[in-house]
Amino acid sequence: MHRFRFVLWRPLQLLPVLFGISVITFVLIRSIPGDPARLLLGTRATPTALAKIRAQYGLDEPLWTQYLYFLQNLSQGEMGRSIVFKIGVLDLMANRILPTVLLVVGSVILSLLITVPLASAAARNRGRPLDHAIRLVSTAGLGLPAFWLGIMLIILLSVNLGLFPVAGFGDTWLDRLHHMVLPCLTVALALSAVLTRNLRASMIAEMASDQATAARARGLPERVIFRRHVLPNSLVPTINLLAVNIGWLIGGSVVVETVFSLPGLGQLLVRGIFARDYMVVQAIAMAFAVATVLINFLADVLTVAIDPRIRL
Amino acid sequence: MSDALLDVQGLTVMSGRGSVVEDVGFKVAQGQVLGLVGESGSGKTVTCRAVIGLLPTGSLAITKGSVRLEGQELVGLDPLAMGKVRGRRIGMIFQNPSSHLDPVMRIGDQIGLAVRHHIGLSRREARAHGIELLRQVGIPDPAARIDNYPHELSGGMRQRAMIATALACDPQLVIADEPTTALDVTIQAQILRLLLDLRDKRGLAILLITHDLGVVAQTCDRIAVMYAGRIAEQGDKRRVLTSPHHPYTAALIRCQPASGGGQGVLPTILGQPPLVGAMPPGCRFHPRCSRMQPRCREVVPPLEAKGDGSEAACLYPIEAPVLEFGR
Repeated sequence: MHRFRFVLWRPLQLLPVLFGISVITFVLIRSIPGDPARLLLGTRATPTALAKIRAQYGLDEPLWTQYLYFLQNLSQGEMGRSIVFKIGVLDLMANRILPTVLLVVGSVILSLLITVPLASAAARNRGRPLDHAIRLVSTAGLGLPAFWLGIMLIILLSVNLGLFPVAGFGDTWLDRLHHMVLPCLTVALALSAVLTRNLRASMIAEMASDQATAARARGLPERVIFRRHVLPNSLVPTINLLAVNIGWLIGGSVVVETVFSLPGLGQLLVRGIFARDYMVVQAIAMAFAVATVLINFLADVLTVAIDPRIRL
Repeated sequence: MSDALLDVQGLTVMSGRGSVVEDVGFKVAQGQVLGLVGESGSGKTVTCRAVIGLLPTGSLAITKGSVRLEGQELVGLDPLAMGKVRGRRIGMIFQNPSSHLDPVMRIGDQIGLAVRHHIGLSRREARAHGIELLRQVGIPDPAARIDNYPHELSGGMRQRAMIATALACDPQLVIADEPTTALDVTIQAQILRLLLDLRDKRGLAILLITHDLGVVAQTCDRIAVMYAGRIAEQGDKRRVLTSPHHPYTAALIRCQPASGGGQGVLPTILGQPPLVGAMPPGCRFHPRCSRMQPRCREVVPPLEAKGDGSEAACLYPIEAPVLEFGR
């Protein structure tokens, strides 16, 4: 099991990443023109009231002092208070994290459920009409923006067929899953477009590989060769592509959550940016960064589990 | 030789541009090692792939001829029946064990998959069988090695593991396509000795494809020399190597490093072998032949029996043993 030893030290890599992300988001959000106190109190607020709000959130301090406060809070497991919602940022995020987690996890599962069968069918029927059809659809999928696809799905499946709710997030678990189907499908379809092409290409390369020829020379039926030799060997590059795309997926959750009115972190991030709610924005940006790094770490574990030659 | 295990006759493989293998015939009896010798591109690999019905690219096709295993015709056999021949009755050993073993599957599973499919052994039986096979091909500590991945074995061990996969279902015939080319010289000798051992213990017939006359001299009973997709000469190993009838065979032997006595410049055959689609008319070797006569340009020489049991395809064969050593 020594090839999994990287599991122990790899999480340490998170620390420099988090430091970098925190500095960047901290500085960037504060360099956007606009003043949270002004946005909060409106245009007719008195200078005294504005100053009071600024002092309350430490906004009148120099930038580097504010950053030190932020780090100090962080070391105590605190991320500050939201200027708009007037509660702790962590509590705020805890209320909003579920839809986003469901969206990301659901889309990844759904995209694999779409990608693996489609790519297999295309690769095994290479050059035939089925292959051309799958490639055409996935190329088209590459060009479609997620928000458009989402709206089309809403029109078709929710408005016309009444299969799924148009927007929002349910109260019971079953209801929530029901609400998550369309958002997940929207993301998964866009993701599958990229993954299917990639997986099909590596499957075709593996089917022509020496080891597949050797398996044929052992008299194994084509379906056994495909499942046992071709599939495991072609999954590794696709898993890595998926991991790279998860960063994009998390960022994309902002759009999808807006289209489907999901009360998730993405939506909260957008509101935070508009209100210059500094604490909220930097906390969510950090959370997204942590998630991206963790998911890539997970992909590495999976890659090592599949391909014993890989050392990390 | 009427009781040949493998009987190939008139085998012709065409690509879009012309014939890659033409009118090739040879026989391998049980317990016999036939060496198929030729330069790169002479069609030896295509020939052996045609025997197991796995031509390397889709543009190649068998257009004529027959391949019989114990009298059963394999050319034109449906894929399902062919799947019962490959791996089960004919095992195949490839040149490069590193690329022909699945890098992400344990050695034991690669052996096990075949025996479970062909013989229907259970997972546990297949594992025990795999350990026994690894022991037979000379892998030390087989019970531990069976759980190794190919990259955890050395090149020689990997080739032994591949031989084990080829032998998994106890085939009658093993086709070994340049089994030692990717290995260093000391390992080469060990692998060849292993193949001969297995031949003796199992009564295996072996079709050994090689470009190395030294390998042939060490291992084979009979030789078939191929040139440009045709058989130039075939017969008993000693006869062919000591008194070749075909000028090409004679030239090949002269080009062996040892026959030059290790001194002077190694002789070479002038010119290049012809390309598919640009085969010279008549005898395919005539542009490079030192004994070429005008008729060689026009007449395709048939493979004819010589008095000593060899067959050669030459209009003006070398009759007396005139092999010159140490020019």
